[in-house]
Amino acid sequence: MRSGLHIYTHRHYPSRIRGGHTYVEVRAGDEPVRSRGNGFDFLLCLGDSFGRSETEGAFYGNEELKPLTEQFDELNEGGVIVYDSGQFDEADIARTELAERAEENDWHVYPVDLRSIAREHGRAIMRNTAGVGVTAALIGQDLSGFEELLKESMSGEMMEANLNVLQDAYERAQEFDMSHDITLPEGSHEEQHAMLTGSDGIAYGALDSGCRFISGYPMTPWTDVFSIMSQKLPKYGGISEQVEDEIAAATLALGASHAGVKAMSGSAGGGFALMSEALGLAEMTETPIVYIEAMRAGPSTGMPTKTEQGDLEHVLYSSQGDSCRIVFAPANVREMYEQTRLAFELAYDYHLPALVVYDQKLEGELRSVPVSFFDREPDPDLGATLTEEELRDAAHDASGKFKRFQHYPDGEREGVNPRSIPGQKGGRFLATGNESSPTGHISEDTVNRKRQMERRMGKLESVSAELDEREASNQATYGDDDAAYGILTWGSTQDTAFEAVDTLDDAGHSVKAMGVSDLMPFPDREVTEFLESVSECLVVEMNASGQFRGLVQRELGQFGPKLSSLLKFNGEPYRSEEVVAVFEESIDGGQPDAQNVKYVPATGD
Amino acid sequence: MSAFSAIDDEEQEIDQNDFTPGIEPQATWCPGCGDFAVLKALKGAMPELGRTPDEVLLVTGIGCSGKLNSYFECYGYHSLHGRSLPVARAAKLANPGLEVIAAGGDGDGYGIGGNHFMHTARENHDMAYIVFNNEIFGLTKGQTSPTSPKGHKSKTQPHGSAKDPVRPLTLALSSGASYIARAAAVNPRQAKNILIEAIEHDGFAHVDFLTQCPTWNKDAKQYIPYTDIQDSDEYDFDTSDRREAADVMYEAETKIHEGEVLTGRFYQETGRPSYGQEKRAIGEAPDQPLAERYFDEDAEWERAVDDIAAHHT
Repeated sequence: MRSGLHIYTHRHYPSRIRGGHTYVEVRAGDEPVRSRGNGFDFLLCLGDSFGRSETEGAFYGNEELKPLTEQFDELNEGGVIVYDSGQFDEADIARTELAERAEENDWHVYPVDLRSIAREHGRAIMRNTAGVGVTAALIGQDLSGFEELLKESMSGEMMEANLNVLQDAYERAQEFDMSHDITLPEGSHEEQHAMLTGSDGIAYGALDSGCRFISGYPMTPWTDVFSIMSQKLPKYGGISEQVEDEIAAATLALGASHAGVKAMSGSAGGGFALMSEALGLAEMTETPIVYIEAMRAGPSTGMPTKTEQGDLEHVLYSSQGDSCRIVFAPANVREMYEQTRLAFELAYDYHLPALVVYDQKLEGELRSVPVSFFDREPDPDLGATLTEEELRDAAHDASGKFKRFQHYPDGEREGVNPRSIPGQKGGRFLATGNESSPTGHISEDTVNRKRQMERRMGKLESVSAELDEREASNQATYGDDDAAYGILTWGSTQDTAFEAVDTLDDAGHSVKAMGVSDLMPFPDREVTEFLESVSECLVVEMNASGQFRGLVQRELGQFGPKLSSLLKFNGEPYRSEEVVAVFEESIDGGQPDAQNVKYVPATGD
Repeated sequence: MSAFSAIDDEEQEIDQNDFTPGIEPQATWCPGCGDFAVLKALKGAMPELGRTPDEVLLVTGIGCSGKLNSYFECYGYHSLHGRSLPVARAAKLANPGLEVIAAGGDGDGYGIGGNHFMHTARENHDMAYIVFNNEIFGLTKGQTSPTSPKGHKSKTQPHGSAKDPVRPLTLALSSGASYIARAAAVNPRQAKNILIEAIEHDGFAHVDFLTQCPTWNKDAKQYIPYTDIQDSDEYDFDTSDRREAADVMYEAETKIHEGEVLTGRFYQETGRPSYGQEKRAIGEAPDQPLAERYFDEDAEWERAVDDIAAHHT
């Protein structure tokens, strides 16, 4: 990024206590990068970082060789392999048939004793720095950027040793007889860029919304947001609470919000299951709150560190009674920042829970974004809240109790009663999870019940209208407006689908795509217009039952025969070529032969 | 100038009737129910504490006890079964000036909310927690509860409960509560004084309040005869001594099933900082009440972009 390129990363890590095949995909380009791309060009293979995994009878197979063997299928033709010959046994390398495969695929293999280079200047653990030095030499990048980073993050002997390792490895690699044809593209940024994960996007969005309270319990992949907030909040004058369980986490956040603080909580799917009663309580008591839900492969514990979009119905309908919540599914760092801000704004303006749902893919996915994107004013506004002065003129019952839940409030937004905050003079009322009268006292009167339900549910319609009127839609569209075919997707899959549109365009197809973020209230008009404008549409998502396709049909009540599904649920995000292949094979009634994905034809086909 | 002028407003005169809601002045608990005594003691405590309805946040769970919110005039949050404590403690962190009181039943606090009870006590949040302990599930009509005696028969335990009851005082002590007392509905004067102490206590104050259920728990009757352990020569002990307190709690929790009711203060730890004080001392909570900041027009709000430019470029 510092050399003027745009960056995208995806991290793979097993759900293990220690060890295991862990790696990061880095994709760089002179134009903004939207997905993990298709295959690698360059494999830097460090091997088992512990170097002491058992190989005989190991449950997980030969861990030492996995960094090589697990990647063979994804290394592109003409690609480069650098492996640590100080780490791998020659006989083992021979067993992987590396030479034969390299021959077949025109791979360029560079065995380098990274371990020895590291040891010469420091310790064996620095062989990753040696690997970076070799990589830089092989792709034609100078070392200045790496040196800068090492100097910023280290000091003293440690820094010196690493700098020496880097330099030595770089120089040695310069001597290689290079046969490959892969170089780093050149790029330049007109302005300063920052590298952020999706978790950063949520956390900074929350902080810029004036959120100063978070309560949580650790659970992958939500832990990142919780950790970032916990580290930032003391500096921002806020409070973070790690509590006994997710039930407490969700409920504490309500207590803080009720007492007048912008508050949030969140979890991954399993922890979110414990939050469903608090979610319903927020809907009923009209306590504004933002909950974050990080999806990973389910059901149950599933695959904790692997991605999936299987919690769609969980976040939409979890908790008893009719759902009255806002749910956004942002697609990338920018959207995560924007939509987290919007979630806070709407939650506090309308007094309902606003959820942001994302997945393991977005959690740790680094992207480069211009710093200026974040250059905006914080929004600490408490939304529909009264001051003591305003409370004096507000409606009260004869006994002096504030009418917090009037049937026909005269506030700025339909159905929303601006609230008081405990401690304000003249503002006392009762908030209850029971159905209640205008003063908050428990009521089972049928007329009251019907009106209060209509008023609360009506707030969602107001939110829907407000979202519809906004200049900037949360739905992203891509491609030629007049395209004949469509790809519809949601959340983290969006930008990969957009990349597929480019590939399909280049291949002569007429296709466009829409990435939906508003899951509740659903953007009926926008999605209807999109679907009406195409003859067929492939709905792309990462789950096994086509939950989003189901939502589209449920919300719009039509288009069934137009919608086919592309599903992926093996724990890895899509590569754009998978979308491209299934699109090409399936249009006009074909039956794709899909390996890692599943195709479901349209109903009635 | 505070945005919450009800807090510590010393000018206002306080009458305990201010805490009787105009909307539901009459509680609908069964005649003879011990819950009336909690309500009365709590109302009586307020003028002595100098608190007005607008500066009190009463958070309740679900059950007959949860209805306390309908019959006690103040800011109320009638939450979920077992969840009064998490709501209450966050509200206290958000605005330490509020008088936060949590209340619920024995099923609520020692059963479904047991985990929150343990951790709220451990963290020593500055609040009073009143547990209406009637040794039965009342609102759902008479099922065995966590404090029901072993052998207690009910529709859900037709052969009698095979479980030993929870020892709530001991549980509070080992969890870390810094004030632990037991009151009984039959002794309203003591109950009021205990509630005053519990509310004034700077830390987590647990009051196990024996509230007889004349409808569903005929065995418990009136919780008589009772002994005030502070008035009894038999229980001469130091309430600030954890070990001695544990012994007397053991006696109380055993004797209640043998027909003798021991009430009074069992444990009082002074000088221990409350959780809020601890958080502020280590720099993990602001010195000024967090809730005030949102009403302060001159407040300066940190900008994420400064952090992003400094740490992500």
